[in-house]
Amino acid sequence: MNFLYIAYAATWLIHITYLGVLVRRYQRLRHEIDELKRSKS
Amino acid sequence: MKRAFPIFAVLTALLLSYALYEALVAAPTEQTMGNVQRIFYYHVPSAWTAFLLFFINFVCSIQYLVRRDKVADTIANWVAIVLGTAACVAAIVIRPLPSGTEPSSVATTGLAITGLYFLIKKYFSGTGTDALAVVTAEVGVVFCTVVLVTGPLWARPVWGIWWTWDVRLTSTLVLWLIYVSYLMLRRFSTSGQTPLLAAALAIFGALDVPLVYFSIWIFRTQHPQPVIGGGGSIDPRMLHVLLINWLAFLCFAALICRSRYRLEILQRELEEVQALEALQEPRSSR
Repeated sequence: MNFLYIAYAATWLIHITYLGVLVRRYQRLRHEIDELKRSKS
Repeated sequence: MKRAFPIFAVLTALLLSYALYEALVAAPTEQTMGNVQRIFYYHVPSAWTAFLLFFINFVCSIQYLVRRDKVADTIANWVAIVLGTAACVAAIVIRPLPSGTEPSSVATTGLAITGLYFLIKKYFSGTGTDALAVVTAEVGVVFCTVVLVTGPLWARPVWGIWWTWDVRLTSTLVLWLIYVSYLMLRRFSTSGQTPLLAAALAIFGALDVPLVYFSIWIFRTQHPQPVIGGGGSIDPRMLHVLLINWLAFLCFAALICRSRYRLEILQRELEEVQALEALQEPRSSR
């Protein structure tokens, strides 16, 4: 039973970690876009 | 159209919750393996989703290469049409089909190749196919990682070992390594030829997918024979739960791919603007 729960938890941990990476990348990109806009104005 | 994404996200979350309930509670308990067999409902749909994403990556890579030349593009269109037609004809005419294949699966695969090829061609530009190739490879690697993690967690209580170097397991690991190297090439190479090299690598990498899939029919492996297709049987309630979970993972993968694609396009646009700015700077400083 333990293996079952570990497998399910590991699956969601992998997906949530990847979603976290995507959110961080998006925030960094937004920051770069804002900086570019600021430097232009 | 802007509302469609959050609505789809909520529906996917609901579907994933329902699929989890079905897998952990509603699905019948397998007699020999017991509850640990329920890993099947995450392991197999993740593998199928990864294969589908790598297949889309393969189609995108071909399109990126052939669209550079008009003659190659026309030839590729005809190859896609002939492949789809040949698969349908083979499904009707050839008897018996090779082990592990059924007429319906051969015809569906052929039509899917042709359909997907022209769908991508219609909705994505040359650079769009390149961006979609990166996205599907990345999300495919995530799903393939799930397969490689849940597999040993299922194998340990059932086989008594975490890992064995049999063809199915090894070819899956090789597939994962090929696509990780593809992503590393995309991430760290600064050459203008990177998309071209990556597309070629992806086409060779995709050749491993049929090897992974058919390895259990061709070789004697520790990995069991499939219960769907190839003459296996599965309890209808288990099949229902499996398909619900696959549908949920497909929706989840589509959702991530959509977000990742938007991110990739934004990133490329920003890089383009930054490159233009860098070109203009020396002139303005003179």
